[in-house]
Amino acid sequence: MLRLIATRFALGLLTLLAVSVLIFICTQILPGDVASAVLGQQATPESLKVFRAELGLDKPAYLRYLQWLLGVLHGDFGKSLTNGRVIIDELAPRFINTLFLASYAAVIAVPLAVGLGILSAIREGRLTDRLANILTLIAISVPEFFVAYILIIVFAIKLAWFPSLATVDSDMGLGMRTYVAFLPALTLTLVVMAHMLRMTRNSVLSIMSTPYIEMAFLKGLTRSRVVAWHALPNALGPIVSVVALNLAYLVVGVVVVENVFVYPGVGQYMVDAVAKRDVPVIQACGLVFAAVFVTLNTVADILAMLANPRLRRRR
Amino acid sequence: MTIFGHRPPLTARIGLIVVAFYLLVALIGPWFAPYAQSQSVGDTWAPSSAQMWLGADQIGRDMLTRLIYGARTTIGIAAATTVLSFFIGITLGFTAAVLAGWVDVVLSRLVDVILSIPQLILALIILGVFGSSIPVLIFTIAIIDSTKVFRLARALGMNLAVLDYVEVARMRGEGLWWIIRSEILPNAMAPLISEFGLRFCFNFLFVAALSFLGIGVQPPFADWGGMVRENSAAINFGLFAPLYPAIAIASLTVGVNLVVDWLLSIDARPSGSQAEM
Repeated sequence: MLRLIATRFALGLLTLLAVSVLIFICTQILPGDVASAVLGQQATPESLKVFRAELGLDKPAYLRYLQWLLGVLHGDFGKSLTNGRVIIDELAPRFINTLFLASYAAVIAVPLAVGLGILSAIREGRLTDRLANILTLIAISVPEFFVAYILIIVFAIKLAWFPSLATVDSDMGLGMRTYVAFLPALTLTLVVMAHMLRMTRNSVLSIMSTPYIEMAFLKGLTRSRVVAWHALPNALGPIVSVVALNLAYLVVGVVVVENVFVYPGVGQYMVDAVAKRDVPVIQACGLVFAAVFVTLNTVADILAMLANPRLRRRR
Repeated sequence: MTIFGHRPPLTARIGLIVVAFYLLVALIGPWFAPYAQSQSVGDTWAPSSAQMWLGADQIGRDMLTRLIYGARTTIGIAAATTVLSFFIGITLGFTAAVLAGWVDVVLSRLVDVILSIPQLILALIILGVFGSSIPVLIFTIAIIDSTKVFRLARALGMNLAVLDYVEVARMRGEGLWWIIRSEILPNAMAPLISEFGLRFCFNFLFVAALSFLGIGVQPPFADWGGMVRENSAAINFGLFAPLYPAIAIASLTVGVNLVVDWLLSIDARPSGSQAEM
């Protein structure tokens, strides 16, 4: 068992390594190079040469990759090309802000989605279930910013309960942060909840079609008791991995939502860097997002293994 | 009314009407647009009137005209992306399934790595390096999206490549391309068509999200995601300007989804071909 988890963990690390190579390659296939892109029109052969040496572009690609990777492992992402600041100093507080927003949304979304998903499975085909079905289909089809603007119009403009811009700074107390970040968190919640609810409902329902559940019904048990006592323990594994997978989805949703509410997180930092074509910052943010994504996927797999003994056998 | 010998249910009919409407707008709408694409005809965020049905945008251009031109850009890019993505994904997926061996291993592992980076993040990285223009946008999204098509096509191809008639074709000495085109593709058509609808929705939302972030379609082209961004300040004055393009995006995706749901219910996919979104 321990060995299996260790194997999965090692696979996660390997994936992360491959991802870092891919991100590095993506930023190296530029026609010309970063130096000529940054200097643009004003480039003279001398200034190009000096700038290349400064960025280390005169060394072969694999050496630069190893240097970059070594730096990243020491928390050194290099300097921003546009303002020359050390990236990690800007990235770290923003990363904490993003984690705060994502976990805020997760704390609301997970219990609500799992609860409603189970309820919707219990009342399959009835009005509650159909209503949930239509609402979640709409929530999935609609872009995040649409949900965000509707919430802003209702809660920030018409009712004026919450601010429309979620500007958070470091000396804000937890209570104030929670208040200011409520609308972005609610947007993320609605977007993620729809996926989570549907998948929870489906994993409970797929268990409901097994023979032992039919047996429980034939004994004369009520539907709610069968779901809660017989189906749920077996559906727990899939539900846990559904939750973890959707938390990984949060990582992506956060980019758009942060930009709507001008929330100072990694997503906004990355989009700014992309607009300015600030390659080291793009690399750093990309790696951070990918790392969180891979970690959550690995955790999802390990939790599924723990919850379901049948997955522990070697395939 | 019957299509492909099936009567579509009410939800699918609504979906078909919505999709047909937007396609028509994208194709011939600009001929009927009341003003020119970048012509300033009113005040900033002028309210809707008889001359401007949906009011004006942030620099006084007619909102309805912008929406009509935006339909062409946004739907056009999403459609081009999906076609390209299917071409790449199906070709490589079937090749991997037919040839198997190391070709399959290399392609599959490559796809695994690409899929372990969130797609929006990967698109941001590529667009950040190359800068954003419409061809770069189409190629980037198509390559990222083709990984999903690859997985489905490979799974479908795997089931078909072991069948007798494919074996016969191989023994006749037919080439790889002929086997893919004449033996495998026709038999994998049904699930691929409904997948096309799903991928179109996904790419459409993807383009809209990137344009909304300001790194997709660049001005002066009108496109729905970019229009939401340009008009977003209006929301603070309680005006609905950014909601019109957002509603257009949302209604088209819901429409396509309704049609796809129906297509999926007609031909359930063969087992083993379930590709996650």
